Amino acid sequence: MDEPAITPELVAAHGLKPDEYQRILGLIGRAPSFTELGIFSAMWNEHCSYKSSRLHLRKLPTKGPHVIHGPGENAGVIDIGDGLACVFKMESHNHPSFIEPFQGAATGVGGILRDVFTMGARPVACLDLLRFGAPEHPLTRHFVAGVVAGIGSYGNSFGVPTVGGTTRFDRRYDGNILVNAMAVGIAEKDAIFYAKASGVGNPIVYLGSKTGRDGIHGATMASAAFDEASQENRPAVQIGDPFAEKLLLEACLELMRSGAVVAIQDMGAAGLTSSAVEMGAKGNLGVLLDLDAVPCREAGMTAYEMLLSESQERMLMVLAPGKEEIAQAIFRKWGLDFAIIGQTTDDLRFRVKHHGEIKADLPIKELGDQAPLYDRPYLRPPKPAAIRPEEANAPIGNREALLRLIGSPNLASKRWIYEQYDHLILSNTVGPPGGDAAVVRIGEGPKGLALTIDVNEHYCAADPHEGAKQAIAEAWRNLCAVGAKPLAVTDNLNFGSPERAEVMGEFVAAVEGLAAACRALDFPIVSGNVSLYNESPDGAIPPTPAIGAVGLVDDVSLAVTIAFKREGETILLIGETAGWLGQSAYLREICGRQDGAPPPVDLSRERKTGEFIRKLIGERQVSAVHDLAEGGLAVALAEMAMASGIGASLDLAPEIPLPAFLFGEDQARYLMTAAPDAARAIREEAEALGISCAIVGATGGNALTIPGETAILVEELQNRHENWLPTYMQGLHAEENV
Amino acid sequence: MKAAIILFPGSNREGDVYRALAKASGRKPALVWHGEHDLPQGTDLVVLPGGFSYGDYLRCGAIAARAPIMDGVRAHAARGGLVLGICNGFQILCESGLLPGVLMRNANLRFACHLQHLRVERSDTRFTAHYRKHQVIKVAIAHGEGNYTADGQTIARLEDAGRIAFRYCNGEAALGGLANPNGSMNDIAGIYSEKLNVLGLMPHPENLVDPLVGGTDGLALFESLAAA
Repeated sequence: MDEPAITPELVAAHGLKPDEYQRILGLIGRAPSFTELGIFSAMWNEHCSYKSSRLHLRKLPTKGPHVIHGPGENAGVIDIGDGLACVFKMESHNHPSFIEPFQGAATGVGGILRDVFTMGARPVACLDLLRFGAPEHPLTRHFVAGVVAGIGSYGNSFGVPTVGGTTRFDRRYDGNILVNAMAVGIAEKDAIFYAKASGVGNPIVYLGSKTGRDGIHGATMASAAFDEASQENRPAVQIGDPFAEKLLLEACLELMRSGAVVAIQDMGAAGLTSSAVEMGAKGNLGVLLDLDAVPCREAGMTAYEMLLSESQERMLMVLAPGKEEIAQAIFRKWGLDFAIIGQTTDDLRFRVKHHGEIKADLPIKELGDQAPLYDRPYLRPPKPAAIRPEEANAPIGNREALLRLIGSPNLASKRWIYEQYDHLILSNTVGPPGGDAAVVRIGEGPKGLALTIDVNEHYCAADPHEGAKQAIAEAWRNLCAVGAKPLAVTDNLNFGSPERAEVMGEFVAAVEGLAAACRALDFPIVSGNVSLYNESPDGAIPPTPAIGAVGLVDDVSLAVTIAFKREGETILLIGETAGWLGQSAYLREICGRQDGAPPPVDLSRERKTGEFIRKLIGERQVSAVHDLAEGGLAVALAEMAMASGIGASLDLAPEIPLPAFLFGEDQARYLMTAAPDAARAIREEAEALGISCAIVGATGGNALTIPGETAILVEELQNRHENWLPTYMQGLHAEENV
Repeated sequence: MKAAIILFPGSNREGDVYRALAKASGRKPALVWHGEHDLPQGTDLVVLPGGFSYGDYLRCGAIAARAPIMDGVRAHAARGGLVLGICNGFQILCESGLLPGVLMRNANLRFACHLQHLRVERSDTRFTAHYRKHQVIKVAIAHGEGNYTADGQTIARLEDAGRIAFRYCNGEAALGGLANPNGSMNDIAGIYSEKLNVLGLMPHPENLVDPLVGGTDGLALFESLAAA
């Protein structure tokens, strides 16, 4: 079949800039063939090459005594003791989910699960970070319904519990929603599998589902901003088959145990091209592929299509010599395709044959190593001025403000979402969704993993550096609040176009904020993803550096939850309250203002407080713990009451205005409960350590009492909190509910 | 009691039920591949676990019902042997003719996963001997197609013969309304075969066998079987 001639228009259509094309000419000393142009386009787009972000990502701390493998592999690997490792990563599927919410989200989950089991780990949990447009936007319900159903369909069928997540709404995501999925797996520490090929002449085998024409140029699409025509990109979205992935998981793990696997790489973004090049390049080897052997779903596929297809549920492996039959038998047993499609070579070339003809012959190292690297110009974002507690007027009473806040879209219960996800399968979900962090027991215990995912994009939009620091600090706090030792982080950096200096400035500031916080907390980033060009004709999304984090609980029976446990306990507030209202939910939802600086994060205080909380939990001194975040003290207290059905009364007379005390979002704070005697001892202990600790009330009754207001029945709080999302989603037309 | 768990491609709760059976009986169940024709010698109880056998393609349970091992399961049931089908296992039992009726999509068309109260309808079967009649238990549900549906005659036959095993209820034992999570007729969560040796149910008692993970209300079902 004749390939089209290379023209400047064709180069541009492949997302390659003129200077990038010149770079290709310089590297190979001739014009590329059409197939080769496709390969470069796949390898050099933003999604695969990180060309705008690489320079700055180097600033992130990625090492630690427990880090087995940091960024650069399919997922990060950390040591969790007892000969086990935790393997985890987060990745975005923003663009596909906007174009086709159900399949886009489903394949996002599929992709991240594959990243984890490619390394030899069995997935034990998933989490998701979702950001939708304003609830009033006509498409928002359609996105929520489709994305949630898509995530559920994949995870539920695959058989991994979805144990945590965060969902928020903001009009700046109207034209570009975010769907970030995180997967966590457990492997034997000495049986981790990598992409690095070794040995010349070893067979390269193709495993899993057949190759079709779906997802061609998916990664290139993910590297461009949205315009009105983007919805027409639907064929670039892949179709997921969780059943095939479940079989692929079982077959891969069985094959890995057999000792036949030298190297393994899943076919994700940029499909066969990216996986084959990566395996060869990492092992200092060449790769020769014969596409005639690739299992195809349809006849007549060209080399170009096969190399760029992003069909799902496929793996590439290098096998040890002579192990082909063992491997084939295992894959046949699971009903999956198995084909030897090439071999490793010693010539450092990526050569592709189809119908006996060489369709591509490129230097394999350069495809990855020589991808463009940009130091894009950037403008440091200005620092907003702080708002003093007295500056915010209180348009309504504190009782009404609390009711409104807990029923507002961002703070309302997300039960409607997480109950569509199987969060109980595997019987290890000790801490289900709805708490500060999920707790998942490891095997028969007593150890467990604590898992969290979040970011506050309002903070990040106002001050990307401080906002990013806060995202790390909050993840740290979420883990400490259940009694876990924070171990490591995965991130997904969602930003607008790096070609705009102000967006690039947000990116740089956020990365530096992450780096500062991770360094101060000994909380390395071991895996991650960058998603740029999150823009629509209305502008860029707010900077959204999503943070997922993993902590270790030594004994899951000691983990605490946010729910009050009994009446008559003392409520303690740990940490200092200055009444910080800038960028708070109170200012936004109650005062109608979105200004000011976000709360500053004092990392050494954060660390000291977190370690103190963890110690108290380990000694069984406290019965419930909740970290303070959006909505401040009052919202946290309400959440503890709602989770238990037990009321509480607040007894305080602060020096700052009461609304700022109740709803301010000062950092490094926790609420906890203890028996009255124990509470006094805890306060003394905290003060001796220089940690501020105050007795602010007691549990009891069936209502929440805040100073100067009539009590609010816990039932009324629960109704407000639980009703918003189901009521909102009832407005969805039945036929859209996929 | 010797138990065998059938593994279909796409089964995914086999580990959960394995753990529950081992905990209740102190004996490790056998895992049997769907392509086998016979059950292990001396099998007392066959378990069809939850999951998405064959991806739920065609209809939930329809392909699994025709797997080679199902001939062995049908023969075992015909001999009076015990068969327990949970969730997808219940769907497979209905598709294979061992139990009547079908499981349709949940009435609200959404997958539902939460802790759910059930009323134990009788405590004189080999599955429920360790419960009390009309005891309210809390177990898990996790399904998209659990809406039990059958023609009026079948429902009447099941009701008259006392073949309803569990009904959905709320914490106060009240049936119907919001307590029914999927629209099932007569709040049916599980049913028995005529000889009470085959039980199919949508909820997951195997997920509630540990005080650290939601509670232990499901354990008595496995203890009943272990003692049967």
